[in-house]
Amino acid sequence: MLTKQKIDCYIKISLRAFLIPSIVCTLFTILFLTKESLPFFAEVNIIDFLFGRSWQPLIEPRSFGVIPLIIGTMHIVIISILFALPVGILTAIYLSEIASKKHRKFLKPILELLAGIPSVVFGYFALITLTPIIRIIFPQVEAFNSLSAAIVVGVMILPLITSLCDDALQSLPKSIKDAAYALGCTQFEAVFFIQLPAVLKQISASILLAISRAIGETMAVTLAAGATPSLHLNPLKSIQTMTSFIVQVCLGDASSGTVEYHSCFAVALLLFIITFFFNGLGKLLIRKANNYDY
Amino acid sequence: MTTRKLQNKLFVMFSKTCCLLCIFILLFLVITTLIRAIPELSFYFLNSYPSRFANKAGIKAALVGSFYLIGLTSLIALPIGVLSALYLEEYSNKKSIIKKTLELNISNLAAMPSIVYGLVGLALFARFLNLGTSLLTGSLTLSLLILPIIIVSTQAALKTVPKSVTLAGYAMGAHKYQVVFGLQLPYAMTGILTGIILAISRAIGESAPLIIVGAVGYVSFLPTSLFDSYTVLPIQIFNWAGRPNEDFHNRSAAAIIVLLLVLLSFNLVAIYLRQKSLRNKKI
Amino acid sequence: MKFQTLITLTLIFITFSCTDKVKEKNLLITADGSSTVFPITEAIAEEYMKKNHGSKITIGISGTGGGFKKFCKGQTLINNASRSIKEIEQKLCKSNNIKYIKIPVAYDGITVVINPKNTWATKLTTTQLNLLWQNDSKIITWNQLDPSWPKRKIKLFGPGPDSGTFDYFTKVINGKSGLSRSNYSHSEDDNIIIHGVSNDVDAIGYFGYAYFINNTEKVKDVAISHKGSDYIKSNGENILKNIYKPLSRPIYIYANKNQIIENIQFKKFIIFYLKSAEELTRQVGYVNLDNNEYKKQVTSIEMFEPKVIR
Repeated sequence: MLTKQKIDCYIKISLRAFLIPSIVCTLFTILFLTKESLPFFAEVNIIDFLFGRSWQPLIEPRSFGVIPLIIGTMHIVIISILFALPVGILTAIYLSEIASKKHRKFLKPILELLAGIPSVVFGYFALITLTPIIRIIFPQVEAFNSLSAAIVVGVMILPLITSLCDDALQSLPKSIKDAAYALGCTQFEAVFFIQLPAVLKQISASILLAISRAIGETMAVTLAAGATPSLHLNPLKSIQTMTSFIVQVCLGDASSGTVEYHSCFAVALLLFIITFFFNGLGKLLIRKANNYDY
Repeated sequence: MTTRKLQNKLFVMFSKTCCLLCIFILLFLVITTLIRAIPELSFYFLNSYPSRFANKAGIKAALVGSFYLIGLTSLIALPIGVLSALYLEEYSNKKSIIKKTLELNISNLAAMPSIVYGLVGLALFARFLNLGTSLLTGSLTLSLLILPIIIVSTQAALKTVPKSVTLAGYAMGAHKYQVVFGLQLPYAMTGILTGIILAISRAIGESAPLIIVGAVGYVSFLPTSLFDSYTVLPIQIFNWAGRPNEDFHNRSAAAIIVLLLVLLSFNLVAIYLRQKSLRNKKI
Repeated sequence: MKFQTLITLTLIFITFSCTDKVKEKNLLITADGSSTVFPITEAIAEEYMKKNHGSKITIGISGTGGGFKKFCKGQTLINNASRSIKEIEQKLCKSNNIKYIKIPVAYDGITVVINPKNTWATKLTTTQLNLLWQNDSKIITWNQLDPSWPKRKIKLFGPGPDSGTFDYFTKVINGKSGLSRSNYSHSEDDNIIIHGVSNDVDAIGYFGYAYFINNTEKVKDVAISHKGSDYIKSNGENILKNIYKPLSRPIYIYANKNQIIENIQFKKFIIFYLKSAEELTRQVGYVNLDNNEYKKQVTSIEMFEPKVIR
């Protein structure tokens, strides 16, 4: 007889099945990347790879130190988050608390449209429109630079932060907001000291998602930031990120079996491991910070 | 004015500015593209295949390809994503290491560059499962790409369901599946739909992984089965933008506008459903 | 009401997408490879489709190397190649029993460009180019190449190290393919190189001739002198007559030989390709081969006959 308990049990088991695709995906990715990186590590010492300071795998004399690529990726991630985080959260607050219902109805879909613009469009925009604008303030900026690439990546991840945070704020019960106002808070105080902390879990999830997206962004940085792996910290000069190197090899001409070809998989594997640790750390910090439960 | 009032005023002004900044950036992008695109848009443009002559080139194959691809991807990714998140949030043991590992695993997948998804898709679907360079391979690859977005945002949405609602359900004698599917899921629907909108927006704009998995740059026919070759709008845009001829750049701009309209049409359905769900919630 | 609108829209869409009538079961002609050769194959495909309605042709842009990987596994029938097949790729083809023929279809020239306002460096010798681009080049300012030129920093632009253009340029200018200085702004997209050079007086770059011919208002070409010859400009005539040395190169398609022999439709397509190439390569901005070259190749392909099994 199909009791309600049995239904619960069957549902639980069948839902477990839906987790299989993501598990298979991760396992396959790890195995695949490792298998394709092995020919690379057969020829290049792993210490040289991880700690070497010069990355030149395609032109003689070759060197395979990955630090310049990591620094390049950091350029993009740090600057884009510095831009997107405050702008995103403040926009979310505006949408959810300050804008009138009518305004919110059409503002939110318009902002979500930003998420749909292809990354190649942003890449060309950064190169052709944004860099000349930056040149007005900083005349020494190069044609390819990490600043304009990072700004457009920031614009790309804005909808992630804005939409998800706005939804989080909207879903708070009205009682919390009313209680804050009843106690004499201004709007600012209510938002920053009561509402935002209450939805910290959702906000941190969206931030983590946004940072992950920034790390993994490919086409826009490939077009706008150039392909010059270097160790400098100057956002006005060209860099190369791990992702744009992967694009360079994959969509380029390197033939299978060569060290250059397999270096792309080694970089992808490293990226995978770095984001793994970063996400783990992020989640740990979030768990420590989240003590609100209402 | 007291400092608190001043603080408040500044805060309101700042948030308004941020929102306006976003809108401004979007309008700037859209309008600069629109100016180049308007002379090119016509029914002929929508109904022709690519050509070496810019004024004869059209996006028929790319448009239909994008539609089919996104439709198929949504059909695959949405159920898997929403139901996985449902399991993780409601049915799994909150303290278990397996759950924490799975969530870490999914966050990690969200950070993987789109091009690596292309490589994985090529190895897994095109070669290992022998699906070749077909529409099915492309949509399976894209589904993997947008899966983490859907899962993370669905989980976040499910977290917003107040405990009072859940407990009230149990108090009325409902069983777990009735509470989950009848109370929590509808309540979280607004957040879930936002996640879906963001995921589809991401999928529609991807070109790099599809190039690797075998979406072509020129195709002279429309896909009639899941195993046919195809092309999509971002690839066509990328292809035309890289040509030396300025006229092709204008065609590219027109294709971008069409892409945004396609995106808007997919989003409008989700937005409408989200509005409805919001109305129900506010009762 | 809303449901009905949705159904109507879906039906309209399905009708719209089924407007192609495919008459008979046509061979799917798959091509992939270099994005340099892509426009030529696309032009041929477009004309072929006009004469053979319902023909199914697809052309990918995975790059010459990526294309060879697929070609040598039999996944594509044609590989667009901006360079000759490498040894490692030949081995792959052999191990999969893929026999191919190499068909030169056009000439591509590499044009060295400067900013229109650059009045001094309008003529360069290949020795100067070598000094500028060699891999341990110490040249930073213009006056290091020629003392009469201004003492200003040179801004270098060029294609990335995995492009066929880069391979060829470095081979003929620096002596070995892949040997080049690395401190220049590189990009896969030649339009970006045009953008860079046209916006900076001190910039110099190089890319395919087709990009120059379509942007003559934005950049100026440099006349090249090789081994004491006159300074030759890169234009169609000079490339065709093979005077513009050494920076003109042939570009090819590689076709699956077995399929040409066994499949009449594919043989027809290849012959059509060669017969239309002279006109169409010019239309897309490349330089055609001599007419006799095409005729010779057509004759040799027409002689391929399927083996009769007794």
